[in-house]
Amino acid sequence: MRYLTAIYFISELMRGIMAKKAKSPKTNKAELTDYYRDMLLIRRFEEKAGQLYGMGQIAGFCHLYIGQEAVVVGMRHAMKEGDQMITSYRDHGHMLACGMTARGVMAELTGRIGGYSRGKGGSMHMFSVEKNFYGGHGIVGAQVPIGAGLGFANKYLENGAVSLAFFGDGAANQGQVYETFNMAELWDLPVVFIIENNQYAMGTSVERSSAETELYKRGISFGIEGVQVNGMDVLAVREAGKKAIKHARDGKGPMILEMKTYRYRGHSMSDPAKYRTRDEVKEVREERDPIDQVKERLIEEGWADQDSLKAIDKEIKAIVSDSADFALESPEPDPSELYTDVLLEA
Amino acid sequence: MAIDIQMPALSPTMEEGTLAKWMVKEGDTVSSGDVLAEIETDKATMEVESIDEGVVGRIVVAEGTENVKVGTVILQLLEDGEDASALSSPAAAAPQAAPAASPEPAPTPAAAPVRKAAPPEPSIPTNIKMVELTVRDALRDAMAEEMRRDPHVFVMGEEVAEYQGAYKVTRGLLDEFGAKRVVDTPITEHGFAGIGVGAAMGGLKPIVEFMTFNFAMQAIDHIINSAAKTLYMSGGQMRCPIVFRGPNGAASRVGAQHSQDYSSWYAHVPGLKVIAPYDAADAKGLLKAAIRDPNPVVFLEHELLYGETFEVPDMDDFLIPIGKAKVRREGADVTIVAHSRMVGRSLEAADILAGQGIDAEVIDLRTLRPLDTDTVIESVKKTNRIVCAEEGWGQHGVGAEISAVVTQEAFDYLDAPPARVHQEDVPLPYAANLEALSLPGVQKVVEAARKVCYKD
Ligand SMILES: Cc1ncc(C[n+]2csc(CCOP(=O)(O)OP(=O)(O)O)c2C)c(N)n1
Ligand SMILES: [Mg+2]
Repeated sequence: MRYLTAIYFISELMRGIMAKKAKSPKTNKAELTDYYRDMLLIRRFEEKAGQLYGMGQIAGFCHLYIGQEAVVVGMRHAMKEGDQMITSYRDHGHMLACGMTARGVMAELTGRIGGYSRGKGGSMHMFSVEKNFYGGHGIVGAQVPIGAGLGFANKYLENGAVSLAFFGDGAANQGQVYETFNMAELWDLPVVFIIENNQYAMGTSVERSSAETELYKRGISFGIEGVQVNGMDVLAVREAGKKAIKHARDGKGPMILEMKTYRYRGHSMSDPAKYRTRDEVKEVREERDPIDQVKERLIEEGWADQDSLKAIDKEIKAIVSDSADFALESPEPDPSELYTDVLLEA
Repeated sequence: MAIDIQMPALSPTMEEGTLAKWMVKEGDTVSSGDVLAEIETDKATMEVESIDEGVVGRIVVAEGTENVKVGTVILQLLEDGEDASALSSPAAAAPQAAPAASPEPAPTPAAAPVRKAAPPEPSIPTNIKMVELTVRDALRDAMAEEMRRDPHVFVMGEEVAEYQGAYKVTRGLLDEFGAKRVVDTPITEHGFAGIGVGAAMGGLKPIVEFMTFNFAMQAIDHIINSAAKTLYMSGGQMRCPIVFRGPNGAASRVGAQHSQDYSSWYAHVPGLKVIAPYDAADAKGLLKAAIRDPNPVVFLEHELLYGETFEVPDMDDFLIPIGKAKVRREGADVTIVAHSRMVGRSLEAADILAGQGIDAEVIDLRTLRPLDTDTVIESVKKTNRIVCAEEGWGQHGVGAEISAVVTQEAFDYLDAPPARVHQEDVPLPYAANLEALSLPGVQKVVEAARKVCYKD
């Protein structure tokens, strides 16, 4: 497994380039419509969250996932039941993709009892044992070793599950990530590391923070295979995800997937937006938008028309506005909640 | 009905902003994601994006308007097929607060007591002119002055240079001092704290900014094991003159992992100096002293104080000695000891207490290590009662230490057991009502003071 040759470098590089150029993998009407719906739900949900924030109904930090939808949706459709996800504070999309309800997520954003953490976690800290979603982590990079720890438990318990640990380009510089890479490969842990390279960590571009900007190469010195993927293409993501998850499930250890993606909105709600040009954002939105791409393909293939797309739109809007109503109507937690859940009865 | 677009809250603490620029004009068609306007706050310039589609019907707030309150209608958008008759006169500024629970209501001091002036700072000449500065700018000026004075001083941390600081504390430093001395780091706290320690040992005077002290937990090994212990372990040979600074404690609604007070953590450690100022003058004078100090210093700021304005002496070389507490308000009945943001709350509490016939003395510790116990003991000998107020957890907290010292050294003077005010013994919750219940506010200080005065 720890093969390292020049050919490896080149082939990985080619793969990365080809992933960008190659025509999207095979698909069909039903599945592509599903992906469209899943991505649209995230987009509309996040827009609503942004709106509620502006109205003072959501407070603190609120990191929107708009622009990156294809990454989590593609990975979700590469996973099997029982596989786990863990990510950073930019987590709303992951939760929705895991099948957590829009109501429960939105009500957590408004800090109400109907939220996944009963209002005690907030935007950055939600979890679902039922849906195998392990958070929601506010400390940059912390979810990476925890994700590998889930893999450790999977291997130990021989449950056949694979853990998916998502983190940002900025997080990819944290030391604990490399400590984790080493152990994950050393012990062949069933974990996939997914770097969501949206090109910025707050106001710092990858070029300004990273000696090696090709992040899929970050596992080379540990012998971890890395692949660069067009993270704006949901099918490319799914294909890469399937391979990496199979690799991990087959006992061959971790892989690194570098998803080239982009966040349209500011880092959190307050963002001086001086570190990139408006045109840069506009260009990505207009030319590489993950949802528009799928929409075009659906129409091109004759799998959808304006009416059927409008119907999906309507359906999603209804879910989102229902979640907002729920999130505003759900009561604040009872004051007694302040003291619960600190420790368990031993 | 046209859609009213309101002045949005773009950050946890934003209350108002300047409408710097309109990016659309009346009659423009906008769709979701289009930038409508640029808004400026004291921290940043930000863009307001539309999440709705429609035609700009009316621009309600003109470009250049300052102090536009969050929630004010700034623009009306006409939806599909609507014409200008749909434009209503927008409801006057109607900021929509979350239903119940805003943090503690601002207490109205009974009978408008005149706040007693603090006794003059011994190190400030009495005839000096005062200027108004925010805590944020005072900190920036302190760094800039020390960097002009000593070429060995440099700043590093996440977003300190090009972004001008995550909380704009390093604003302008890159322009003046260049990228050699104002260094943006990757998100690698453990690594750059260690590099800072090494640079200090190598002859430089680093100021290491943590975006917040919550993230310094990644680096605490270097702060304690590498910085604090080296002088001792080297038998006095090896110096480590470094300042670790950044905001500490709870901001607003940012949840458990981003809202911790580390005062007592660092104050526990021999080999460190630990400073936690309240007002702008102390922030400036103490930061300058910290940068000049030959020891490792942990300098704990508070995000919610950055925007507050105070008077600062307009003088060259304004330094405040490390290790000296300050009596902020003289009083005879009870001593309230606090640091950082709790000083402001304690002063407010003292105003309320004054209206109730209790004359409180408020001591601002300013430095947590070395701890100025003399000033506290002196005060307790006079008032015979003490309340220790802090934002962090109570167990093993700053108040626990002060209570112990007072009981040990002024036992015979105490007329009541020391009281402590602190955060509830839980991680900080996100929900507005629970957060307000969890953090120690003015009312809790008032109650504790009344209790030690046996007034309840
Ligand atoms: C240890 C730590 N340091 C700093 C921060 C503040 N911070 C929050 S997000 C962020 C940028 C992270 O960027 P990236 O990993 O690229 O993820 P993205 O936000 O782009 O999804 C920073 C510096 C933090 N939360 N934790
Ligand atoms: Mg990023």
